Amino acid sequence: MPLLSYLRALNRALAAEMERDPAVCVFGEDIGIAVSNVTTGLLKRFGPDRVIDMPISEQAFTSFATGAAMSGARPVVEFQIPALLFLVFEQIANQAHKFSLMTGGQVKIPVTYLLPNSGSRVGWAGQHSDHPYSLFAHVGVKTVVPATPADAYGLLVSAIRDDDPVIVFGPAGAAARREDVDFGTLAPVPLGVARVHRPGTDVTVVAVGHLVHDALAVADELAGAISVEVFDPRTLYPFDWTALAESLERTGRLVVIDDSNRSCGIGGEILATAAEEMHLIAPPKRVTRPDGAVLPFARELDLALQPTRGQLRAAIEAVAKGR
Amino acid sequence: MADSAALYRTVRLIRRFEQQAIEMVRSGLIAGGIHPYIGEEAIAAGVCAALRPDDFITSTHRGHGHVLAKGSDPARMLAELAGRATGLNGGRGGSMHAADVSAGIYGANAIVGASAAIAAGAAWSHRRSGRDTVVATFFGDGAVNQGVLLETLNLAALRRLPVIFVCENNGFATSMRVQDTTAGTITGRAEAFGIPARTVDGMDPEVVLAAAASAVARARAGDGPAFLECLTYRFDAHHTWEYAVRPRYRTEEEVAAGRVRDPVEIQAARVPPALRARIDDEIEELLEEARRFVDASAEPDPAGALDYLYADGLRARAGSI
Repeated sequence: MPLLSYLRALNRALAAEMERDPAVCVFGEDIGIAVSNVTTGLLKRFGPDRVIDMPISEQAFTSFATGAAMSGARPVVEFQIPALLFLVFEQIANQAHKFSLMTGGQVKIPVTYLLPNSGSRVGWAGQHSDHPYSLFAHVGVKTVVPATPADAYGLLVSAIRDDDPVIVFGPAGAAARREDVDFGTLAPVPLGVARVHRPGTDVTVVAVGHLVHDALAVADELAGAISVEVFDPRTLYPFDWTALAESLERTGRLVVIDDSNRSCGIGGEILATAAEEMHLIAPPKRVTRPDGAVLPFARELDLALQPTRGQLRAAIEAVAKGR
Repeated sequence: MADSAALYRTVRLIRRFEQQAIEMVRSGLIAGGIHPYIGEEAIAAGVCAALRPDDFITSTHRGHGHVLAKGSDPARMLAELAGRATGLNGGRGGSMHAADVSAGIYGANAIVGASAAIAAGAAWSHRRSGRDTVVATFFGDGAVNQGVLLETLNLAALRRLPVIFVCENNGFATSMRVQDTTAGTITGRAEAFGIPARTVDGMDPEVVLAAAASAVARARAGDGPAFLECLTYRFDAHHTWEYAVRPRYRTEEEVAAGRVRDPVEIQAARVPPALRARIDDEIEELLEEARRFVDASAEPDPAGALDYLYADGLRARAGSI
C-alpha cells in the first residue's frame, strides 16, 4: 500500500473537499506557494478565486472568513504559526464562535482554522512553539488534534463539512508520520469520536495529538508488566466522554499526556471529569508542559519543557501501584 | 431613490423609537441599557436609502438606527431590546447584537471596528456567487484606530470589494475627543489605501443619501470600495449608564450647541406639514403597536439558554451535573 504522510493527508483532504463543494475556499499567507506544505497544487487546480493569498493581516482575514461564511462560503483559514491564534482570538472566540447563538440561529459560520505546524518544532523559540488547543476547547470552539495521517484526512474533511467553526491542530510532532494507507479507504472521521489505538486492562493513557505515538511506544516498553490502553480523543471539544468512561470501566486507572501548559489545560479537564463521574480506583496523573511555559530557544531547554516518554512511564507506573 | 418624505419617516421613526427605548431602560423593561442613536439618524437613513433590500449592512453597538433604516420590523427590534422570545434574535442578542438576515442585517457588533472585516468577507462571497450586492459597514470615529479596520481597508481596496465604509464621526469615542485619539485625518486613512473618501454633513439625510448613492453605484459597478466620513453629533449619552454616572466630558453648553442642527428637524422642513403630521401619527401608532407586541411577548424559556450555540444542535455540557 502507498505511504501517506500527515501533511499530504491534509492536502488531500483540502483538495477532495474543494473538488466536492465549490463553496470551499482557502485563505492564508503564502498558500499559493504552499509554504507549510498543505496547500500544494491547490492554486493551480482551483484558481485564485478559491485559493487566496492574504496580506499579513490575520485579524482582518480571519473575520473576512466569518463574513464569507455567513454568506454561503465554507472557508478554510490556514495559519503558519500557532501563536497567530493569540492575534485572532477575538475574531475566533468572540466573533465567529458567538454569532450562531447571538443571532438566535440566523447565521451559521462554517469556517475551519487549520494549524499545520502546532506545538514545538524545536528551535523555533518562544513565539513559534505554542500549542493552544486547550484555550479553544475552553471557549467551546470545536477542536480536533489528529494523531495519524488517516485521522488527519478524515477529521479535516469533517471539520470542513461542519456548520460551526472548527479548529484543526496538526502537531509538528506528528507531521513526519507516514502511514500505509489504501487511498480509496480514506474517509471522513466524525468529530467527537475517540479512538483506542491499543487496548489494555491496567491503565488508560489519554494521549493528545502527536503524544499518541509516545504513548504507544511507552505501552510497548511496559508490555508484560503493565497493560496500557492508549486512548486518543482525536476531538478535544466536544470530548468523547462516553468512550473514556467505558475505558475506565475496564482499567479504573488514568494518566493523561497533554502538550498544554498545566493550569487549565485539557489534561486538567479530563482528570476532573473522570474524578467526578467515572470509575477510578487510584488517583490519576497528568503529564503536561509546566505552568505558564514559554519554550526557550536552545534545543535542550525546549525539550526540557515538553512532556516526555520518561515522565509518562513514571506516571503510569505510579498510577498502576496507586490505590 | 427615497424621496424627502421617506427619509423624514426614517429619521423620525429612529428618533421616536430611541426615545421609547430610553423610557423602557429607565423603567427597567430593557436590561443592560442602550447606546442611543439620537442625533445621528441622518446617517442610517441616508445610507440605507441608497441600498437595495438585498444589499447588506453590518452595524455597531449604537446600531438601532441602522437596523430600523435597513427595514427591519420595529416591533421585533423592540422585543429584542426587551429580551423577549419574539425578538429578532429570540432575545439572544439584545441591543448590541441585533441582527435580521432576512432584511440584510448581518448584525450589530459590540467590539469597536470588528464588523468591517465581516462585511468585506460577505461582500467577497456575494460577488463570488455572482450577485451584485453591496455591503455597507457602519463604525464610529473611535474605530478608525483599530488595527482590524485598517487591515480591512487594505484588503477591501486590494480586492476591489463592493464595501461602503461609513464612519459616523460624532466627535467622541465614549469620552475621548476625536482630536485626542486620532492623528492625521480620518479620510486620510482610506486615501492611503487608494479608497476614495469624502467628508459630508452627517446631519442632513439628503446630503448623506446623495454621497452614499454615488458610492453604492460605484461599488455595484465593480469599481471597488468607498469611504464616507459623516460628521454628526451624539445628542444623548454614550450609553444610558451616563444617566446614573453623569461623567463630565462635555459641557451642557457644548451639547446645546451640538443639538442646534437636528437631522429630524432638517428633514421635517422639507415635507409639507399635512403629510408630516400623517407620518408622525403613523409612527406613533407603529410604536404603540410595537410596545403592545413586547408586552404580549413571553420571555424566553431558561431551558433554552444554550439553544443555537452550535448550528448542528450539539448540546454543551451543563455547568452542574
